[in-house]
Amino acid sequence: MTARLYGLLAEFAEAEQLRAAVLRAREEGGYVAIEAYSPFPIEGMDAAMGQRRTWLPFWMLVGAIGGGSFTYWLEWFSAVANYPINVGGRPTFSWPAFIPPAVEMTILWAVLLGVAAVLLGSWLPRVHHPLFASRAFERASSDRFFLLVRSYDPNFDAQGTQAFLESLSPLSVTEVAEE
Amino acid sequence: MSAVLPRDTLPPVIAPGETNASISATISDATLRRPTGWLWLGGFGLSVLLCALLSVGTVWLLYAGVGIFGLNIPVAWSFFIANYVWWIAIGMGGTFISAAMYLTRQGWRNSINRFAEAMTVFAVSVSGIFPILHLGRPWFFYWLFPYPDIMNLWPQWRSSLEWDFWAILAYLIVSILYWYIGMLPDLATLRDRAPNLLQARFYGLLSLGWRGEARHWMRLEKFNLITAGLAVTLVFSVHSMVALDFSEGLVPGWHETIFPPFFVAGALFSGFAMVLTLGIPLRRWFGFEAYLTERHIVNMAKMMLAAGLFVDYSYMSELFTAFYSRDRYDLAMTLHRVFGFYGWAFWGTVVLNVVQIQLLWIPRVRRSAGAVFVISLGVLIGMWLERFMLIVTSLYEDFLPSAWGLFWPTFWDICFLIGSIGLFFFMFLLFTRLLPVLSMFELRKLAHKLHPATASAPSDVEAAS
Repeated sequence: MTARLYGLLAEFAEAEQLRAAVLRAREEGGYVAIEAYSPFPIEGMDAAMGQRRTWLPFWMLVGAIGGGSFTYWLEWFSAVANYPINVGGRPTFSWPAFIPPAVEMTILWAVLLGVAAVLLGSWLPRVHHPLFASRAFERASSDRFFLLVRSYDPNFDAQGTQAFLESLSPLSVTEVAEE
Repeated sequence: MSAVLPRDTLPPVIAPGETNASISATISDATLRRPTGWLWLGGFGLSVLLCALLSVGTVWLLYAGVGIFGLNIPVAWSFFIANYVWWIAIGMGGTFISAAMYLTRQGWRNSINRFAEAMTVFAVSVSGIFPILHLGRPWFFYWLFPYPDIMNLWPQWRSSLEWDFWAILAYLIVSILYWYIGMLPDLATLRDRAPNLLQARFYGLLSLGWRGEARHWMRLEKFNLITAGLAVTLVFSVHSMVALDFSEGLVPGWHETIFPPFFVAGALFSGFAMVLTLGIPLRRWFGFEAYLTERHIVNMAKMMLAAGLFVDYSYMSELFTAFYSRDRYDLAMTLHRVFGFYGWAFWGTVVLNVVQIQLLWIPRVRRSAGAVFVISLGVLIGMWLERFMLIVTSLYEDFLPSAWGLFWPTFWDICFLIGSIGLFFFMFLLFTRLLPVLSMFELRKLAHKLHPATASAPSDVEAAS
């Protein structure tokens, strides 16, 4: 076994057990490099993980303001500055008529940056991952809940952490190898 | 009073006893392990034939031009625009269900939203081909887009047709992304449960490596919440712009301020009808009775009735306004619409969109999947007739009697209508074989909330072994 340890993976049957385990791992075990995996978003998990905020809404706001104002500017530029045409005596800067395309682009760019924030913020796409080598982990997407303690955690020590995870009464604790 | 069934007699949104394991198994096996049935093959074959017809029509249209249709002056818009409005309207219902009902925390929407969003994506894709092919010189459609070119050509930003281009563009991309990003966790389930390597790789690539990490869930939920808010705005704005294509014109029968809200109500009406038309057979064929319960059908039927009543109010308001305004052109148009050559389109619309939906007031009708299915089909036909009626009867007898003329559809008009239905079902049938048809992670979350004691129970397989 030359492969380095990626972390220790504890398997639970219920969402509440996982949430409680995360809380205990952070408070009693003092672990910081932990990850929780579940087949559906668990209410209160953000608080348990100590992660309350994400930058995603900020990026969506940037997309909204950027997309909307650029489109509005483009309309002004093309219809007023670059090539003004008199259409039935209407003002070249027909500002109310320029709003609809800008509104649509506000929404589109907010969502585009939102998608980028979901994926890049989570370091996805990443089709290969050490956890995928674990047979048990295949059920993380259907009916099992997992707590992972990474090997680089300052409090990590193979035997001690194993014992700690066992104390949380999981279904199993397995080693995950670095790829 | 005795006819009113108490609400409690309806089954719960998810059958009790459904667990994380059973939800994952039932829904993913419907995609991964269920053998392809003859019914599916037959439907798919038929839709491929219709797609072939659509392709032949498109090639002939590009070669011969729009003269192959029954269009002429004064009726310069007809089937193509009716098809376009019909399809994009159907899409609206799906977005409304997944977005507005997400914001209002309607738990029962979790069983519907995935295939409703798929319906939206396919309906909007189908609708997009009509305005482009209707351009006369469709190969120049990109002139709608502002790009720096040597002709110094910019789009006409004051035109509602240009707004429409931006609306469809934004709507199509947003609905695809909302659908796909929301599907990642379920694609990961399919990857992990795939019976062979080929399927595992296919879903592995599609799921982009989703692992269900707590922080990933947090971003996904935040994204879904904000996008839902934006998507509701999009539903109302996009279909209002479709309506402005008409009301910006000066034609009696089109030039009405009621059009944007009237069109939005019509869009939701036909969208709900399509969700029911697709959901009721899906429920039966895939055995999803535990997730798509009687309660879902009843709730959707009520929503369809509510949207239908808004539409009916708009019909009455239109008629009333014509007489109240005493504008001679508006009055003449209204009388032609109701009693003229195309009067059958008006009365057909009334029967299908006004009269028959009143049956949904009766609880027994709402609870019968068959009856609701038939009524929804009627609504879909009625909404197509309504668009035909609005477009053609406003045009065929306008200001100058010397310019009056009738519209007769040609073979190609009908070919594109049927072909577009084929294209929609081609995509939808592929969806039911290849992608998760119901949203598994949202159902798991809902089961956890509704039946916290049993949702994590071990699966039957484990209990037996």
